[in-house]
Amino acid sequence: MSLLEVRGLTVAFRSEGRFLRVVEAVDLDLEEGRILGLVGESGCGKSVTARSLMRLLPEPPARIEGGSIRFAGNDILALDEAAMRRLRGDRLAMIFQEPMTSLNPTWTVGFQIEEALKLHTDLPAAARRERSLELLRRVGIGAPERRLRQYPFELSGGLRQRVMIAMALACGPDLLIADEPTTALDVTVQAQILELLARLREELGMAILLITHDLGVVAEFCDEVAVMYAGRIVEHGRVADLFARPRHPYTNGLLASTPRLRGRRGRLPTIPGSVPPPDRRPPGCPFAPRCQRVLERCRSAMPGLAGDDGHLAACWNPVR
Amino acid sequence: MIGYIARRLGQAVFILIGISLVTYVLVYLIPADPVRQIAGRSATPETVESIRRQLGLDLPLWQQYLRYLGDLLQGDLGRSYIQKTEVATLIASRLPATLELMAGAILLELLIGLSAGIYAASRRGRPADRAIMVASFAAVSAPQFVVGILLLYVFAVQLGWFPIGGYGTLWHLVLPALTLGLLGGGWYARMMRSAMIEVLRQDYIVTARAKGAGRFRILFVHALRNAALPVVAMVGLDIGIFMSGAVVVESVYGWPGIGQLAWQAIQRVDIPIIVGVTIVAAVAIVLGNLLADLVAPFIDPRIKFRR
Repeated sequence: MSLLEVRGLTVAFRSEGRFLRVVEAVDLDLEEGRILGLVGESGCGKSVTARSLMRLLPEPPARIEGGSIRFAGNDILALDEAAMRRLRGDRLAMIFQEPMTSLNPTWTVGFQIEEALKLHTDLPAAARRERSLELLRRVGIGAPERRLRQYPFELSGGLRQRVMIAMALACGPDLLIADEPTTALDVTVQAQILELLARLREELGMAILLITHDLGVVAEFCDEVAVMYAGRIVEHGRVADLFARPRHPYTNGLLASTPRLRGRRGRLPTIPGSVPPPDRRPPGCPFAPRCQRVLERCRSAMPGLAGDDGHLAACWNPVR
Repeated sequence: MIGYIARRLGQAVFILIGISLVTYVLVYLIPADPVRQIAGRSATPETVESIRRQLGLDLPLWQQYLRYLGDLLQGDLGRSYIQKTEVATLIASRLPATLELMAGAILLELLIGLSAGIYAASRRGRPADRAIMVASFAAVSAPQFVVGILLLYVFAVQLGWFPIGGYGTLWHLVLPALTLGLLGGGWYARMMRSAMIEVLRQDYIVTARAKGAGRFRILFVHALRNAALPVVAMVGLDIGIFMSGAVVVESVYGWPGIGQLAWQAIQRVDIPIIVGVTIVAAVAIVLGNLLADLVAPFIDPRIKFRR
């Protein structure tokens, strides 16, 4: 059984008196110890999906309209707030895009790392400190004794993201949700953070859900990938399969528009048009208006995810 | 830190000289003759002139002021024209009552304002939030004498829980302090609410929730400290404001504070007391601000004392 199993997750936001569906009928599966990349353009609903998994969306304006989320035997959407709190930061942890603003400016690094231990374990103060030092060492931070006493504003962006990771790992989670963890960082630091996450996965055996808009990151770092477009998963498969033989025209277009060092020169292909906002999504497949392989039925009916050998695409007329 | 305090106090001397000058000139411009107040209506012109000379009021304004400033810099606030007592002594005799009322008022302002503001922010947009906003708006716009008289009537006259006025025990303090605390609490509630709402939007609040922190912990451990700076600054200002006396509340409750002293002095054009009280209030404002600035780095570690 999967560690995480999402079925038909549908999330709406209230805007000017009506509810707009931002995430629609999303299915995700993630096994223990695997890394799943969730890719898509900004606004496609990937962050909303990630936050729904931890029930971190503010309700209102958000509303989970349907579906189910099963995580390690828990029915996430049925849990009360107290039970949800026990899960958050313990078995289910999250790191965010902006390490500069994601740490509390008025508390020391040590306080913020130890907090998760304080909330979820009975460890005495000395043991919590010992564990915090170990966590900082584990995420590659030198002079951890000094770092524990420092405030976030005294650290660089890369160090802060390492602190965030140490904090998320404090209780040894089964699943780490990383919401664009490297987007705000310098390129060299990005690579370091991703390597760190990959190494931690090996060492600790946790699963990672990596939200990103960067296909390069997915190719290098993930085992599986789910592509999101306009609130829906349009393709899902193992990284090697999906990159070698994309089935959905959107994935195909994305891969074609990625610049390569070798290969033909000239203009980079682009996908014509732009992503429809949630209040102007067409009936049927949301990609239909921009799709070069569009059929008549695409405009009226949304295809379900289908395919073989774990490589699924939601398309009436898949590539190849 | 000691160097910082010394430099701030050094700056304060210049502020005080400026304030004494402005006050002195303003009082001089009042179209009322202090000498007539002292001498009474039936005094002969000779008597009036001799009193005027005696008090040095026959000198040109700049000479009067320089003489006053010279005394002030030696710590002498002069003598009351009417009571002939040292102004410093008069103010000192009112100081305990003023400080007591100040402490009570600030304590209640914080208690009422912060709890209402924090609760409203945590219930943003819901009925409890709206009710608190309406109540705080009423508090902010209510005149002191109305609230003062209302509390006096209900709790002292009708219910008899507290003395009707005067000064002495802690029971005497409750109603005047509550009047100021309710009114000032309205400001604090509004300020606290908006500061908390701003902080609760921040990314680190989501981080704290993702860690498993509960509502209470989010509010009081993660948000409050980040929202506390404006409150500290406002307490600093309040120290100065309450030092010059809560004139209306002191009148309603017969509270023997600096406000009453100043009020009587204004009626009688007793210039040394007016200027003296103004200067003491200015000192309190400077000290209150200094205190707020000294506390700030302990609340937000990003703030450092500038050398």
